[in-house]
Amino acid sequence: MDAVMNAAPLWVVILVKSAVLLLVVVTTFAYAMLFERKILAWMQLRPGPNRVGPWGLLQPAADAAKLILKEDLTPKTADPLIYRLAPFISLLTAFSVYAIIPFGASADGSAWAIGNVNAGILFVMAIASLGIYGISLGGWASGSKFPLLGSVRSTAQMISYELSMSLSFVGVLILAGTTSLDGIVNAQQRWWFLLPQFVGFVIYVITAVAETNRTPFDLVEAETELVGGFHTEYSGLRFGLFFIAEYVNMLTVACIATLLFLGGWNAPFGLGMVPGIVWFIAKVACFMFFYIWLRGTLPRFRYDRLMAFGWKVLLPIATLNLIATAVWVAYWGK
Amino acid sequence: MNPYGPVAIYLCVALAAALLFTFLPGLLGRGKPNPQKQEAYECGVEPTSAVAGRFPVRFYLIAMLFVVFDVEAASLYPWAVQMHALRAFGLIEMVVFVIVIAIGYAYVWKKGGLEWR
Repeated sequence: MDAVMNAAPLWVVILVKSAVLLLVVVTTFAYAMLFERKILAWMQLRPGPNRVGPWGLLQPAADAAKLILKEDLTPKTADPLIYRLAPFISLLTAFSVYAIIPFGASADGSAWAIGNVNAGILFVMAIASLGIYGISLGGWASGSKFPLLGSVRSTAQMISYELSMSLSFVGVLILAGTTSLDGIVNAQQRWWFLLPQFVGFVIYVITAVAETNRTPFDLVEAETELVGGFHTEYSGLRFGLFFIAEYVNMLTVACIATLLFLGGWNAPFGLGMVPGIVWFIAKVACFMFFYIWLRGTLPRFRYDRLMAFGWKVLLPIATLNLIATAVWVAYWGK
Repeated sequence: MNPYGPVAIYLCVALAAALLFTFLPGLLGRGKPNPQKQEAYECGVEPTSAVAGRFPVRFYLIAMLFVVFDVEAASLYPWAVQMHALRAFGLIEMVVFVIVIAIGYAYVWKKGGLEWR
């Protein structure tokens, strides 16, 4: 294997790694969906999907085949180009973040990532903000009333919560002194930033749930009032693309939370004999479970309260948190 | 290799995958359009008015406020990374900056720019 790796040109190795990583991301998406349906079912005392394959394990494949073979409709009032472009933008931005996310580190300290760039967290923010275009253009280009309302709402919600999200990162950056993701993880070898940045973590979790349009912040797709919101007019695989993007974004959020606040691949309680990647996956899985738990527990927010909460509560608290962190570093930092 | 080289290669693979997913429904999906299916959804009623591109002005206000505060957040990033070196000087600089932003924030709040009616 090593001989093959050494013989092939570097770019071919990276190409293969990229393809494998994408495959892993898509497969994880498929099973994250099954995981969610199972967990939600158990929370509601139902069996959940259990017909396709043993224990419902082939359900994602059945869903994919169904979505691909469905008719692809475009309403005649829609803008055909942008209507087709929107799911593509959502999906591409969702995939792109994984270019720099490290999943572990070798013994010599080099991180396992496709590209280990020093502006890691800035890259994540930049790509994640582009994801809003998919939803807002998709709703606008549908040429229908419910999607338009859904997309305008979602854009306002996502940009409002993005503010507090970017401020919640600043506390971590102050403590770590670097924007590179593996640098931030290495800075957490003694203490996970969950402890000194607990307020920041709570703000990050709330804003991240809002950014990915999940319950209790799923006003974008409020079924009872907007019949699905921005994706009302989409059918077949194009609807599926928005779905993939949403779940891949959830996974990204879980990865970022793990890297920034939960110590990345660092083992807790000195349990270093278990490899770092296992810890990373375990932490991401716990965060994903938390996401689903929220959906099984909380009702939806009201829109005016949602906006007021973002602007009047989260933004000031995030600012105070970063000032407090700065004061701590200025006077008691090493 | 420059660390952004692999990122560029990965982005090309992601682009190819996203394009594949985008063109797949056109290749494999069944297409049997008819005029009823192509109507925009309106609870089964024929749409009576065109979709006007009009929505409440509050959304524009939120977008403008977002630009102001997001630039603030962006300018905090380089400062945050250097905080261990800047110490008290950096702290004072940043507090002055945040106070200036906070005055604007208080003004917007008082004017009702953050209310949603």
